[in-house]
Amino acid sequence: MVIRMDAQYTENRKIATESYRQTIVRRFRKHHLASFSLGVLLFLCSAAILAPVIAPYDPDAMVGPFSGAPCKEFLLGTDQIGRDVLSRLLYATRVSLLVGVMATLISTVIGVILGLIAGYFGGVADMLIMRFTDMVMSFPYILLVLVAASIFKPGLWNIILILGFVDWPGIARLVRGNVLSLRETNFVKGNIVAGMPLRHILFSEILPNTVAPILVYATSVLAISMLDEAALSFLGMGVQPPSASLGNMLNGAQSLTILTSQPWLWIPPGVVIVVLVIAINFVGDALRDALDPNSEKR
Amino acid sequence: MGKYILKRILIAIPVLIGITIIDYGIMCLAGSPLAMLQGPRVSEGALEAKRIALGLDKPFYIQYFVWLGQLLCGNMGYSVKSYQSVASMIGSHLGPTLLLMGVSLLVSLLLAAPAGIYSAVHQYSKGDYAVVTLSFLGSSVPGFFLSLLLIYIFTVKLGLLPSSGMITLGTEGGAGDVAKHMVMPVIVLAASMAGSNIRYIRSAVLEILQQDYLRTARAKGIGRFKVIYKHALRNALIPIVTVIGMEIPMLFGGAIIIEQVFSWPGLGLMTMSAISNRDYPVIMGVCLLSAVVVLVGNLLTDILYALVDPTIQLQ
Repeated sequence: MVIRMDAQYTENRKIATESYRQTIVRRFRKHHLASFSLGVLLFLCSAAILAPVIAPYDPDAMVGPFSGAPCKEFLLGTDQIGRDVLSRLLYATRVSLLVGVMATLISTVIGVILGLIAGYFGGVADMLIMRFTDMVMSFPYILLVLVAASIFKPGLWNIILILGFVDWPGIARLVRGNVLSLRETNFVKGNIVAGMPLRHILFSEILPNTVAPILVYATSVLAISMLDEAALSFLGMGVQPPSASLGNMLNGAQSLTILTSQPWLWIPPGVVIVVLVIAINFVGDALRDALDPNSEKR
Repeated sequence: MGKYILKRILIAIPVLIGITIIDYGIMCLAGSPLAMLQGPRVSEGALEAKRIALGLDKPFYIQYFVWLGQLLCGNMGYSVKSYQSVASMIGSHLGPTLLLMGVSLLVSLLLAAPAGIYSAVHQYSKGDYAVVTLSFLGSSVPGFFLSLLLIYIFTVKLGLLPSSGMITLGTEGGAGDVAKHMVMPVIVLAASMAGSNIRYIRSAVLEILQQDYLRTARAKGIGRFKVIYKHALRNALIPIVTVIGMEIPMLFGGAIIIEQVFSWPGLGLMTMSAISNRDYPVIMGVCLLSAVVVLVGNLLTDILYALVDPTIQLQ
């Protein structure tokens, strides 16, 4: 009994003296599913980054029989024109991750800037920005993306830009709300009274205090933009062949022969999308708990 | 209450005008619909005549006001492709989409509300973990991939359900036939919505369960069942109302892709073919309609919210 209390005591002491980063890591590791997801994500990301090294074949070269079933030589079979599916899958994961990450970065930057301006300055700027946000949010998201994708030539960078420019309203609203409440805190008022430059107040005082919710929100934007890239490419309006993306590898499944008799062509990319998106969502959920200053109280 | 509703409507009007401007701006970026007509058989003169007939020779802001003026008279223009009026095209495709969306909304709520409440009441139990994990799965599976899987299982392997259209070709249809065609699209749409709704309702109910009035109710000793099903559930109506409001834009978006996959003869299928034909009047009509529906949906949610939640302040 004494020993157990002792262990409890050292445990509590450890918690009391740990740094902020250690707290986050400890809380995050409580979510076993999220820790596992993080491992899966790291594995898939490194596989995608190392694609040129580990892919057994050139993804665009015809190396085997047409529509060959999986065998020793081609682990996931070959597609209609004899390209290796495994190699294409690796490169496709790379493209889809690139689209997701870049689109998320763009929309986060836009959202943060607009949210900071609207929240901090208020008045006319706030009104204009928020009404504009309302307007963009009123269009069904995927309709806007589809229309934009049909206007601009489909292609990797256009998809990234389109998704980036459509995804920001949620982040802008989130940042604005946080800035509004931070503006009323004493440390920000203190800075204003001390005559600190605006740039310092916005980017060194307010922004660091709202990074945690932005990070959590960005993970969901990442998941959504990867799903949207897949949907667009599936409809033939996203990443164009011959370059592979997870969505356009599924495009072939719209034909009945592939759907019915060549499942190795469409099930693997679909499974990779699901695994990637679900892992991102789990990590985001655990991050929300780990970064929330109130989560210890429950 | 009347004042509150009026204020919400007045805020919605500038947003609506902004929506028409954005809508028009996007279409101006799109380039000329004449490009679709071009070919060796069409002469320059004919193109020019067509340009003037369509009013494309005037500056874009005049075109915008002409379009807006027509709109106020209920005229949404004519399809460049089929020469039908946009209003009648939308009218004839609206029914199937509303049917699909309505049923999916209902199914997703019937799934999400009990699951979310169960999960919150039994927080950190095995059942809770299962529900939350499943809800993540629901919102992470791309709709089109789930559709393909369902078609593979139920149409190709089992031969149970039809994979495309709304009625069997060559037959009169009937309610049973339509219902059979609807099963798979509804599963796909409802699964993706239920995923996020379960978590939303769960966290909202968790918050309610921590309220002081529930602690008081428990302290009175009226029993766990009564506390949850009498006191908590009535308040859980509020997040459920919010969820319905959030679902409307998702439904519109999801329907476009799902209708394409299942060849459901609704607005989504029409929109996709209009997009690939660069049929601007039709695309603009659909964009406008959906934006208006979303706006009205949000407005109704706000009003319902005020009705359900007596503590909300109506300034």
